[in-house]
Amino acid sequence: MPPPLLALSGVSKSFGAVAALRDVRLELYAGEAHALIGENGAGKSTLVKILAGVHAPDEGTVTLDGRPLVLRGPADARDAGIAVIYQEPTLFPDLSVAENIFMGRQPLRGLRRVDRARMRAMAAELFERLGVRLDPDRPARGLSIADQQLVEIAKAISLDARVLVMDEPTAALSGVEVDRLFAVARSVRDAGAAVLFISHRFDEVFALCERITVMRDGQWISTDPAAELTVDQAVRRMVGREVSTLFPKQQTTVGDPRLEVRGLTRHGVFADVGFTVRAGEIVALAGLVGAGRSEVSRAVFGVDRYDAGEVLVDGRRLPNGDTGAAIRAGLALVPEDRRQQGLVMELSVERNATLPRRWSLSWGGLLLGGAERRSAATWTQALRVKAARLADPVSTLSGGNQQKVVLAKWLATSPRVLIVDEPTRGIDIGTKAEVHRLLSQLAADGVAVLMVSSELPEVLGMADRVLVMHEGRLAADIPRDRADEESVMLAATGQAGRA
Amino acid sequence: MTVTQNRPGVQAERGTRLVRRTFAVRELGILLALVVLVAATTIANPRFLSAQNVKDLLLGSTILAILAVGQAVVVITRNVDLSVGSILGLSAFATGSVFLAAPGLPIPVMLVIGTALGAVLGAVNGGLIAAARVPALVVTLGTLYVFRGLDYMWATGRQINAADMPAGFLKMGTATVLGVPVLALFAVVVLVVVGYYTANYRSGRELYALGSDPAAARLSGIPTGRRILYAFVTSGALAGLAGVLYSARFGTVDANAGQGMELNVVAAVVVGGVAIFGGSGSVYGAALGAVLLTTIRAALPVLGINVFWQDAAVGALILAAIGLDRALSARVGRSLRERKAHV
Repeated sequence: MPPPLLALSGVSKSFGAVAALRDVRLELYAGEAHALIGENGAGKSTLVKILAGVHAPDEGTVTLDGRPLVLRGPADARDAGIAVIYQEPTLFPDLSVAENIFMGRQPLRGLRRVDRARMRAMAAELFERLGVRLDPDRPARGLSIADQQLVEIAKAISLDARVLVMDEPTAALSGVEVDRLFAVARSVRDAGAAVLFISHRFDEVFALCERITVMRDGQWISTDPAAELTVDQAVRRMVGREVSTLFPKQQTTVGDPRLEVRGLTRHGVFADVGFTVRAGEIVALAGLVGAGRSEVSRAVFGVDRYDAGEVLVDGRRLPNGDTGAAIRAGLALVPEDRRQQGLVMELSVERNATLPRRWSLSWGGLLLGGAERRSAATWTQALRVKAARLADPVSTLSGGNQQKVVLAKWLATSPRVLIVDEPTRGIDIGTKAEVHRLLSQLAADGVAVLMVSSELPEVLGMADRVLVMHEGRLAADIPRDRADEESVMLAATGQAGRA
Repeated sequence: MTVTQNRPGVQAERGTRLVRRTFAVRELGILLALVVLVAATTIANPRFLSAQNVKDLLLGSTILAILAVGQAVVVITRNVDLSVGSILGLSAFATGSVFLAAPGLPIPVMLVIGTALGAVLGAVNGGLIAAARVPALVVTLGTLYVFRGLDYMWATGRQINAADMPAGFLKMGTATVLGVPVLALFAVVVLVVVGYYTANYRSGRELYALGSDPAAARLSGIPTGRRILYAFVTSGALAGLAGVLYSARFGTVDANAGQGMELNVVAAVVVGGVAIFGGSGSVYGAALGAVLLTTIRAALPVLGINVFWQDAAVGALILAAIGLDRALSARVGRSLRERKAHV
C-alpha cells in the first residue's frame, strides 16, 4: 500500500476543560474517498477544523506527503491544497455569488486588478460542471440553504484541491443535487485527490467511500474498508451501546390538547404550519437544516412575529410576538443555541437558573439572595448539575451541564408546554440519556413537549409522533409505530409524495 | 429534473435585477436629494448657485468628504473610527508648527508629513483593535480623547496664525482651477483612488467580505487583523491629509481644530448609504453624503429656516437615510426569500 497522502496521528484538542479530540488518528490516501462517521459531538467537526487550519492541535502531528504540515490559518490549508466544505455555509451575504467563490484568489488582469468578467465566466463554468443554474452576479443574501451549499461546493472544487473535506454537505440537498455532488466528488477522487466525507446517511457513506473511520466521544474507534463493515456494526461503534437503552420514553396517557398551532405563516420562512400537542405527549419536529423548524418554535413562543395563523394554549389564543404572554400562559422554550440564546454566560449558575422567575422570587421588586439561592439549589440538584459552586459563572460549566441549567431554568417555571430545540446537541452521551429521561418524566407528569431535533435516533426513540418539515411546510405527521429512518428522511427531503 | 434546473436561474436573475436597482437607488437617491435641495434653494434665492457660493460649498465639503472616504473604508469592515476629528486637529497643529520652524518647506513635503502622521495615529487605532480584540468603538473613543489631549499639551493654549504660514500654502487654500477650488481637487483624487481600489483590488474586496461576515472571512483565509489595521491606517492618513488642508484653508489653527467633527463624518457616511454593520455601500456614496450635509447647512439659512434648526434637520436626514436603508433591504430580503418559499 502506498503511504498516505494526508495523515493525522496522536491529535488532541481541548477547549477549556472540554476535550474535543483525544489521540485521534486518520489516514487519507490519494484517489480514495474516506468516510468519517460518529454521533454529534464525537469530534468530527473539530477534526475538520484542524485540517482547515482553523484550530491548531494541542498535541499530535499532521503530515502531507510524509512531511509535517503546520497550518497557521485557513490560508495555509488552502495553499497546501486542502479544500473544506463546512457543515454550515460560510458565505458573504452582501457579495455576489462569483465573488464568494473566488474571494482572496480572484482572477486578475493588468495592474493586479480583479478581472470581473473572467471571474463571472469561471463561476458560470463551475455551476455548469455541477449542473445547476445559479446567476454568478446574484448576491448570496437570500439563497436557500441548498443553493448556499452549492456555492460552497463550487468554491471547493475551484481550488483543484489535493484533499477535499466535506462536512455533512448533503444535509440540505435534494436527491438530484446529491447525485451531482457525488459525481463531482468521484471525478475529484479519480483525478488523484483524497476525499474525506462526513455524513449521517449510511447509504451515502457506503455509496461513495472505500474506507470508513468511526469516532466516538472525541476518540478514534476504528477504520475499516467499507466492504468489511455493516451498518449495524457501524452504528454500534458510533453509539457504544445498544440504541434502545438510550431513549427511555415512558408510556403515558395522552390528555387534552395543550398547544394548538393553526395555519402559522411567516412569509418566506414557513407557511401554513398547523399541529396539536397534547398533555403527556412528546411530539418531535424533524426536518433538514433550514427547513424552518427552529423558526416555527420561535414564532410559537413569541420571539419572532408571524404573518398569519394563531397559537392557542389550553384553548386560549396567545398574542402574536409576545414572549411575556407566552411564559404567563405556561410556555417554556429551551433554545437551540444555549450560549447565545439560552444563558447569560457571565452570570452565575444561580442567577441563570432563576432568571425567568425573578419577579415571583422577588419581594416588591427586590431580589433577596436567599430565595434565589434556595430555588437554584433545589433545581440544580434535581437535574444533577455538576458545578463547583452555584455562584460561579455559567460559562465555566461543560456543555452538558450548561444545557441542564437551561432546562432547570425553565422547568422551575412549571411549564404546561415545553419546547426544546436540539436539546442534546453537543453534549455527552451520559448527559444525553439524563436529558431524555427528564423529558420523558415531564411528559409523564402531563407536560406537552415539542422537541425540535436533527438526530434521528433521538426523534425515533423519544417521540410519540413525528412532524416532518420540508422547505417551510409540514410534510408529514407520522405516529410512533410507523416512524422509521426511511419515512422521516423521505418526508424531510421532500420525496414523501413520490416514494 | 427540468424544474429543479430552471428554478434557481430564473429566480436569481430577477433577484439580481432588483438588487442592482437597489444599489443604484442608494447613490442616485442621494444625488437626487442633492439636486432637489439645490433647485429648491436656488428658486428661493437665485444667488445660491452663484460661482462664489458654489465654490464655497465645494470648499466646505472638501474636508468632510475626505474624512468620509476614510471613514467609509473603516465602516465597510464593520468598524468605526471616532478619532478622526482629533487626528485632524493634531495634523493641523503639526502643520502650523512645522511651518513655524521651517517656513521654506515645500508644500508637497508638508502634505506627506501630515498624511504620515495621520497614518501612524491610525496604526495605533488599528493595532489596538486587532491585537487587543477590543471593539473599535471603544478604542477610538479612547484615542479621540488621547489624541486631543496630546494636541492640547503640545499647543499649551497657543494659536498659530495665518501670518506664520507661508503665503503659497495659504494661497493653495483659496486657489481655483477653472472655478474649482484646488482643495476640492484633492478630495476628488482621493475619492477616485480609494473608490477604484475598493472596487477592483483583492484586498479592497476583502474589506467588504470582512464586514459582510467576519467569521466567514477568517475561514476564507483573509488576514482579518491586517485588513482592519490597513483600514484604520487609511482613515488616519486621510484625516492627517485633511488636517494639512484644514490649516491651508483657515490659516489659523489652535488645539480645537476639528473638534466634534467625527460625528459629522459618521453622519455623512451613513447618509451616503454605507451600511453601519459593514459589507455594503461605497466611498462615492459617503462623499456624496458629505456634500449633501454641507449643502443642507448652507441652504437652510437661505431658505429662511432658523439656524437653530440646522442640527435637527441633519438629524432628521440621518434617520431618513437609515429608515430608507432598512426599508429597502427588508424589501429586497423579503422578495429574495419569498420567491424561494413559493415555488
